[in-house]
Amino acid sequence: MTRRVRLWILAVGGAGLAALLVAACLELPGFGGTSHPYGDRAVRASLARRTANTIASINFDQRAFDTLGEMSILFASVLGTVVLLRQTRDERRAKPEPAYVALPVRRYALIVLPVALLTGLYVIAHGQLSPGGGFQGGVVAATALHLLYLGADYRALERIRPVGLYEVGDALAASAYLVTGLAGLIGGAAFLANTLLPYGTFNTLSSGGTVPLLNAAIGMEVACAVVVLLARFLDQAVEIEQEGGT
Amino acid sequence: MSVLPYLVAVWIFLVGCYGIATSRNLIHAVGCLAVCQSATYVLLLAVGYRDGGTAPVFSDVKPGSRPVVDPVVQALALTDVVVGATVTALLLALVMQVSKRHGTVDPDELSELRG
Amino acid sequence: MDDPLIVVTLLLVAACATAAVAVRDPERQALVLAVLGTTLAVLFTVLQAPDVALSQLAVGSALTPLLLLLSVRKVRRRGRKKDKAR
Repeated sequence: MTRRVRLWILAVGGAGLAALLVAACLELPGFGGTSHPYGDRAVRASLARRTANTIASINFDQRAFDTLGEMSILFASVLGTVVLLRQTRDERRAKPEPAYVALPVRRYALIVLPVALLTGLYVIAHGQLSPGGGFQGGVVAATALHLLYLGADYRALERIRPVGLYEVGDALAASAYLVTGLAGLIGGAAFLANTLLPYGTFNTLSSGGTVPLLNAAIGMEVACAVVVLLARFLDQAVEIEQEGGT
Repeated sequence: MSVLPYLVAVWIFLVGCYGIATSRNLIHAVGCLAVCQSATYVLLLAVGYRDGGTAPVFSDVKPGSRPVVDPVVQALALTDVVVGATVTALLLALVMQVSKRHGTVDPDELSELRG
Repeated sequence: MDDPLIVVTLLLVAACATAAVAVRDPERQALVLAVLGTTLAVLFTVLQAPDVALSQLAVGSALTPLLLLLSVRKVRRRGRKKDKAR
């Protein structure tokens, strides 16, 4: 198929899809409407279980099984990346060339690093109370670690980041989520049902039953996953070189 | 006027599709896929918005005192943002493998190689 | 739909998405995607979704562009080496 034919097919298909999508949009309930039946019920259920952040309640309580699926996708894609980006036999590790980073940038990175790391951990810990949670805090904490690459150098980053440990941590967090779910089964309820722990006092750190536990598991999972991913990509971009030609 | 957010989502999606189909570089195509993904977030959150509503977080709002926007769609979008990023990473790893095996990341050259 | 702030951020997001596709150099595209991620975070905040905005800010403006830039670097490095060997 030549480029020209392909562009024509794209134009026809795109126009058809656009017409269908626009027709669908015109039939949707208007933007900003007041009818949100699922939303209202979710808010009521979340308040009944004393979780201040409704979104955390939906992710880790009402739709916890769905989050298990999302976590499996995350785990599988990290696994796939690790397998794809491993060092093959015809590749070798070259010493990374030092690059010049302006002094103010280095200082700023080193000052911001602990602040960003702490922010990430705070966001994970307060997931059931304020906006945030394991998904967001995990990414913040993991990317914060990589400021060390900017502030010091690649060797320093490798020292504080034993990739093997983070891979184990990733798997442990995934199994922690499963074990918490199974605990509900042992306690005589359904898988991942939030009936095992007391719901606690509304708007305190220990409220929401199993929500904080699952939240912490996801936080660890995401943080480890992002660290492992970035480590593999950095390895490929900075260190690993192919021997000879292709 | 009340369909503008939906139309913006449609536009972002179509633009992303156009970018993927006409891309001459697989890394650029993955970037366009990220644009397509963001269209779904815009659509989901637009569906859940309520005029005059506030965020569905009750740590500083008394429950029942104000209308809140739909939290269900927000939960869907939230998990998808993070999981989508790791899937992007998987695609980029595949692109690196393609570049390693075939020495090019241009989809047109790749189809010539195969033929 | 009377909030002009929502309209402005929506149009801004649409413009950024178009720019992210129109920029053909993947290195520059990564930077435009970072801008798109930030404007999306602003839009989500305006739409009263702070949770999504937070994750979009972390992922869209930092993680995805970083991964894209690292891949560009890897692919370019291979290209340069091959040219030298030739």
